[in-house]
Amino acid sequence: MSLLQVSELRGGYGSGADILGGVSFRVDPAEIVVMIGPNGAGKSTAMKAVFGLMQVRGGRLTYKDQDITGLPPHRVVRHGICYVPQEHNVFPTLTVHENLQMGAFLRKDSPAREMERVYELFPPLKEKRRQEAGTLSGGQRQMVAMGRALMLDPGLLLLDEPTAGLSPKFMGMIFERIQEINALGIGILMVEQNAKQALGMCHRGYVLAQGHNRLEDTGANLLANREVAEMFLGG
Amino acid sequence: MTEILQLVIYGLVLGSIISLGAIGVSLIFGILRFAHFAHGDLMTLGAYFALVFYGTLELPMPVAFVVALALTAGVAVLLDKLLYRQLRRSSPVILLIASVGVALMVRSVIQMVWGTSNVVYDQGITMPYVVWGLRIKPDWLVILGGVAVLVTAVHIFLQHTTMGKAMRATADNMDLARISGIDTERVVMWTWILGAALAAAAGIFLGMDTRLHPVMGWRMLLPVFAAAILGGIGRPYGAIVGGLIIGFAQEFSTLVLPPSYKTAVAFAIMVIMLVVRPTGLFRGRS
Ligand SMILES: Nc1ncnc2c1ncn2[C@@H]1O[C@H](COP(=O)(O)OP(=O)(O)OP(=O)(O)O)[C@@H](O)[C@H]1O
Ligand SMILES: [Mg+2]
Repeated sequence: MSLLQVSELRGGYGSGADILGGVSFRVDPAEIVVMIGPNGAGKSTAMKAVFGLMQVRGGRLTYKDQDITGLPPHRVVRHGICYVPQEHNVFPTLTVHENLQMGAFLRKDSPAREMERVYELFPPLKEKRRQEAGTLSGGQRQMVAMGRALMLDPGLLLLDEPTAGLSPKFMGMIFERIQEINALGIGILMVEQNAKQALGMCHRGYVLAQGHNRLEDTGANLLANREVAEMFLGG
Repeated sequence: MTEILQLVIYGLVLGSIISLGAIGVSLIFGILRFAHFAHGDLMTLGAYFALVFYGTLELPMPVAFVVALALTAGVAVLLDKLLYRQLRRSSPVILLIASVGVALMVRSVIQMVWGTSNVVYDQGITMPYVVWGLRIKPDWLVILGGVAVLVTAVHIFLQHTTMGKAMRATADNMDLARISGIDTERVVMWTWILGAALAAAAGIFLGMDTRLHPVMGWRMLLPVFAAAILGGIGRPYGAIVGGLIIGFAQEFSTLVLPPSYKTAVAFAIMVIMLVVRPTGLFRGRS
């Protein structure tokens, strides 16, 4: 059984033209799946589709065999999917600690265990827990954003360009953490610009172009693919 | 000196009433991104609700106060469900215009039910205390104490309750709030409850300080908006400071201008702020 299954997804924003013209992908349990593609290919849109943030006009989305097509965001989360958007992914005027608490909004029990786990994964956050997230550096904000998404102990984590704009030091660190998170049994669907590293660490990958599937293969095979090399790995 | 101190007292009373209104305007703007023009008339409505329970039904004022706040909050939630909610997907200008319509409607109903003449909560004149030559009306102590309690309650709500934090989170970024599992429709409802209850309190305090009249709240709308903008619209804490500044500015202007220019002073401050520093004194949202 797949964790997430997206078939023939079609749709766009509001009443605008279709951005996705029938995209299909899946994430199996505890897999890392990477999605690459040129700017404007619709990668972020595909993630928003999973989260009910765009207008789905065709196709079907299931999570653990349950239909989640067209559910509003706060209902999708309940299924155990958490999402870190590409931009504006922290609450800037809330403290680090409050950001994490908001990630646990749906929990009935105390989130103390998850909170501890996030602070272990990202030690710098513990020192800054009383600081407003908007005052942090880009790398630290990304840690807050990922921490927030881990508070519900999700089965699947969607990460939209988690290393965008980060220094190489932070980039490597975030990639390491993603693998650690995955080792906990959490499935990962990740959009990445740094195709080489991302494909190197993933189980499977997809190449999207102009709102359609272009390629689909294991990470290693995609790295060896000529078309991928020309388009994303600098020739 | 006494004259200046007396103005400080006037300014404090007026300013704290304005603050209560401005907190609501700021919260509503922060969450729903529109200027709620019916806020002044919610103040009026709250004042008249209290009149029913205090004046007509002769309940103690604290009871009438609480009931009036609850009723006004109920009206606001109802207005949101019946009207504003339907328009939320359209542009903020549409919502703004709708709220102007609501303002007129609420005022007409008030005029129909309670008439257009001035009314007071208590007949007769209470003698002010005189301290060091300063006149202090007993009502003012009630008002200042009431505002202090309410502002503290709002602070505790926003900082220490889950719903309060969710409200701040939603004001920061509504999409991210929904992604995190926050039911933003519930947040919106609580925003109306809080904003309208504070407006009702402001209206009742205004009625205690002066008198009740169907346009009492509408006349306060400009100073209230000026305070919200001064404090950085969308920032409830800024709105409190903004309210006090507007209150002081209005009262101190009477040193050099005729009292009828008080509102013009608030208007002038608002326009200057919008031109010079539209994000407010404390970096609000634009
Ligand atoms: N909120 C929106 N409203 C309307 N159109 C949008 C919106 N967001 C994105 N688009 C359009 O949808 C198309 C796909 O955008 P999307 O953000 O999904 O691309 P992407 O593959 O994530 O690109 P990037 O690598 O730049 O992040 C683009 O043409 C973009 O202009
Ligand atoms: Mg994108």
